[in-house]
Amino acid sequence: MSKNTPSTSRRTFLKGAAVMGAGLAASQTAAATPDPLITEVQPWASGLGDGVDATPYGLPIKYENDVIRRNVEWLTADTISSINFTPIHALDGTITPQGCAFERHHSGAIELKKSDYRLMINGLVDRPLVFSYADLERFPRENHVYFCECAANTGMEWAGAQLNGAQFTHGMIHNMEYTGVPLRTILEEAGLDAAGDLKDKWVYVEGADASSNGRSIPMEKALDDCLIAFKANGEALRKEHGYPVRLVVPGWEGNMWVKWIRRIEVTDSPVESREETSKYTDTLADGISRKWTWEMDAKSVVTSPSPQAPITHGKGPLVITGLAWSGRGAITRVDVSKDGGMTWETARLAKPGEKMALTRFYLDTDWDGEEMFLQSRAMDETGYVQPTKTQLREVRGENSVYHNNCIQTWWVRPNGEAENVEVS
Amino acid sequence: APAYAETFGLGRAALPEEIAAWDLDVSPNGTGLPEGSGDVLTGEEVFADQCASCHGDFAEGVDNWPKLAGGWDTLADKDPLKTVGSYWPHLSTTWDYVNRSMPFGNAQSLEPDEVYAIVAYILYSNDLVDDDFVLSQETFASFELPNQDGFIVDDRIETEFSKWVGEPCMTDCKDSVEVTMRAMVLDVTPQEETAGAEAVLKDEEVLVASTEPQ
Repeated sequence: MSKNTPSTSRRTFLKGAAVMGAGLAASQTAAATPDPLITEVQPWASGLGDGVDATPYGLPIKYENDVIRRNVEWLTADTISSINFTPIHALDGTITPQGCAFERHHSGAIELKKSDYRLMINGLVDRPLVFSYADLERFPRENHVYFCECAANTGMEWAGAQLNGAQFTHGMIHNMEYTGVPLRTILEEAGLDAAGDLKDKWVYVEGADASSNGRSIPMEKALDDCLIAFKANGEALRKEHGYPVRLVVPGWEGNMWVKWIRRIEVTDSPVESREETSKYTDTLADGISRKWTWEMDAKSVVTSPSPQAPITHGKGPLVITGLAWSGRGAITRVDVSKDGGMTWETARLAKPGEKMALTRFYLDTDWDGEEMFLQSRAMDETGYVQPTKTQLREVRGENSVYHNNCIQTWWVRPNGEAENVEVS
Repeated sequence: APAYAETFGLGRAALPEEIAAWDLDVSPNGTGLPEGSGDVLTGEEVFADQCASCHGDFAEGVDNWPKLAGGWDTLADKDPLKTVGSYWPHLSTTWDYVNRSMPFGNAQSLEPDEVYAIVAYILYSNDLVDDDFVLSQETFASFELPNQDGFIVDDRIETEFSKWVGEPCMTDCKDSVEVTMRAMVLDVTPQEETAGAEAVLKDEEVLVASTEPQ
């Protein structure tokens, strides 16, 4: 995306460095001549920077302009009912910047202002109600960090190694701190006596957009931890993430996180809408399909090194890092293999895993410059161990489309470049 | 129902007209369907006007747009074709989704009779009814799609969890590792100036090591 044209000599040097790996870069930095970036006064150390009125709401510095959402044109018929990808290869920590957090729409990102917003709750409730946006801000609020992973994340990889980069293979995910009102509070405001025994009841939720994205959620989940959220990472939701109000369904497939949510209906049976019959059902090898595969199972990926984040510094100290998450609870451990799964080392979690949230792991290592087959393997608090793609295929075949939480392999070459591969 | 916490007195009563305007979902047993009916031949005309530019004259799909017909007995194939006829379990979903979300870009513009007619035509395109078929609120619930029984409730807990739980192998887990598939061979990843290995060529982005590795 850069508009800058690298000088020929520098480009030539860097191409050499990319090909020859550590040797050139190391000799460059080992030069005995003084570094002019230190010995000469630089403009920024002499002149002035921008005033505080230059940027009322800032974007990243231009040198980070490759840390952006990307789409893959051939995946969908058009860009309206489509997906793009979070640049997870370039991020660290766990909080996803909203501006580059992935989008998935079925009829585009709509513009719905707070004054036009209405939320209806109806069906088997004591008092069908309509709320304005202002009403929602008057209920007691909670804050929680959760990942939202598209059910189709890694779905293009079922039949083989296809897309070359963690952004594309694992980037249908974001992780934000949400502020909102428990869905339980809204349901109680409408009253659930009319629903009778809640064990066999459901809520049907739909958005204000043309696709509506209606989904059925069992009452037990609705009363447990779902949030009617209006803030993410401290500020209002972005338009493309459901402004002004979305549903947060911790640990469950992203499709159920209904954006621009306009209606909640308490029902005595699932609606079996398009998004839970035609889509978001997982076909097994025998042609029978699973429905209501809500939870996202434990998963991880090495984000660096990876195809879009090659090693450019040569051998020696190397930070191997990545993300792990589970829809069934907290991540308790991540193992990393450098030899394609023959041997494993337990990585360091940046902080203890939180339930249904991204967890950052590091393996601080000393790279000998030899090729590596990098893998990561997550474990969650249920004892579940992230499976290989072979293990998943043995149960499901190759046509599940959704819920591919297999172990990913990056083939790192001696020149530091990495490729998405499958290994035996 | 169990006793619940206090209420806050927020919001106001939803009026019947408001609920009727937004509560349009149709359940598998037909609950939620409005009065009306439509036949195959009417559906063919409406489909030609409203749907065929993307979904084809015979619901067979144009370019990458969804195919609504065909694909019978392909669900266990290497590349299954999932359509209303081959895959969808309930006719209610077809009616509901067309009514609320189609045509793409002009949703909620169809009258109930038009939706009945379109759904009748989709059934005809899937060879599931004759060309004199009339779909109505009355005949709806008795209609069964071929793949009605093709779905099971998520069974991962039983079929997968027992296999993938417990202390995993840490050393000598396998004898060798061979590359069996490569993304670079397929070469379908979007190539952008700053994507992938090209990133290291960006003049302002290169970070060189400040010291030689110890």
